[in-house]
Amino acid sequence: MPQIAQLADTYASQIFWLLVFFGLTFFVVGRGMVPKVMSTVADRDSQIAADLAVAEAARAKADGEEAAWRKREGDNRAAAQALVAKAKADAAAKAEKKLAAAQKRLDTKLAKAEAEIAEARNNALAEIEDVAVEAARDIVRRLAGVSVTKPAAAKAVKEAMAHG
Amino acid sequence: MSAAVAAEPAKVDPMYQFTIKPLAELELAGFDISFTNSAAWMLVTTIVLFGFVLGGMRRQLVPGRWQMAVEFFTSFIDDMLQANIGDAGRKYVPYVFSLFMFILFANILGLLPLGVVGLHPFTFTSHFTVTGVLALITITIVLVVGFWKHGLHFFGLFVPHGTPLAMVPLIFVIELFSFILRPFSLALRLFVAMMAGHVLLEVLSSFVIDGTNAGALWGGVVGLPSFLLMIGICALEILVSGIQAYVFALLTVFYINDAENLH
Repeated sequence: MPQIAQLADTYASQIFWLLVFFGLTFFVVGRGMVPKVMSTVADRDSQIAADLAVAEAARAKADGEEAAWRKREGDNRAAAQALVAKAKADAAAKAEKKLAAAQKRLDTKLAKAEAEIAEARNNALAEIEDVAVEAARDIVRRLAGVSVTKPAAAKAVKEAMAHG
Repeated sequence: MSAAVAAEPAKVDPMYQFTIKPLAELELAGFDISFTNSAAWMLVTTIVLFGFVLGGMRRQLVPGRWQMAVEFFTSFIDDMLQANIGDAGRKYVPYVFSLFMFILFANILGLLPLGVVGLHPFTFTSHFTVTGVLALITITIVLVVGFWKHGLHFFGLFVPHGTPLAMVPLIFVIELFSFILRPFSLALRLFVAMMAGHVLLEVLSSFVIDGTNAGALWGGVVGLPSFLLMIGICALEILVSGIQAYVFALLTVFYINDAENLH
């Protein structure tokens, strides 16, 4: 086993060169380079964290803007609906007014017409009475040879007509 | 040094791969610090690891595959420390990362089939001199941090909460003993795991070579199954490379957690 057989001859060289090369490794690689590599990793991690935070903030802002837009949109919609409702109500009121006016015109026309009809009927009735009075006097004169005065005849006709 | 082992031909010595060969003789203050094949592979590991992490330094906001791979490892170590120690664990990332990646790259580089092109990889994590030093560094950090932060209260680590007073001396000795054994278990686990895998591969390869040399029959009965088994063991060894590096780093984190937070 050379490790033991050569121990006395080689231990000094082994220890010396190990200390030299491991020392070089430790001071150059371990102390000199590794911290730089690790700081690169740390920088990257912090940059990623910062980027994520910025992205998160941007998302929150976008969410806020969307909510505001939604609210604006809702307000606009409500305003438009109110406008439409008001227009509808106005139109309905106007139509009702027009309708009422038309109804009134028709009513007066109808009343006038009825009055005219009533008057015409009354006139016709009066004429019939006159004719009946004249006819009654004529009949009485011819049958009884008695001349009846006009008021008496009219009274009799009226009585007869009232009794039907 | 090891020429005697290499001199025997037509025989696969499964331990030969662990032999340390000097490439350039050096001496410092009376110590032999020759630049060896082991040191050469430490150099290779350092360079490859440096290149790997360098590829992850482009610091792009959207990482490429390479940068992502490097960031995966740093985050992996960071998460491990965060989960076990908490925010105080952050400052140990450079050490645990270096430890984990150095062991991982050493293990995997030692497995590369570079022998095909005549370049023999050397797995220096299969030497307890190496794993022992790494374990001692970890335990030193644990001791320094423990006594720095908690002073003599750090000895409270050896007396768990709720221990009956009569049991305290006994528990203290047992816990102290287990603490002292930590660097050994840490070092031996990695060294044994790496050595065992490489020895197994070498033994199986000797079956393939000897079986095939003995003729078509033995080649079919012994050589081919051994070869197929080797492929499976290679996959297993890649897994073990990762797991052992992970275990070493994780235990280091546990021990540092003891020092940071006591119990």
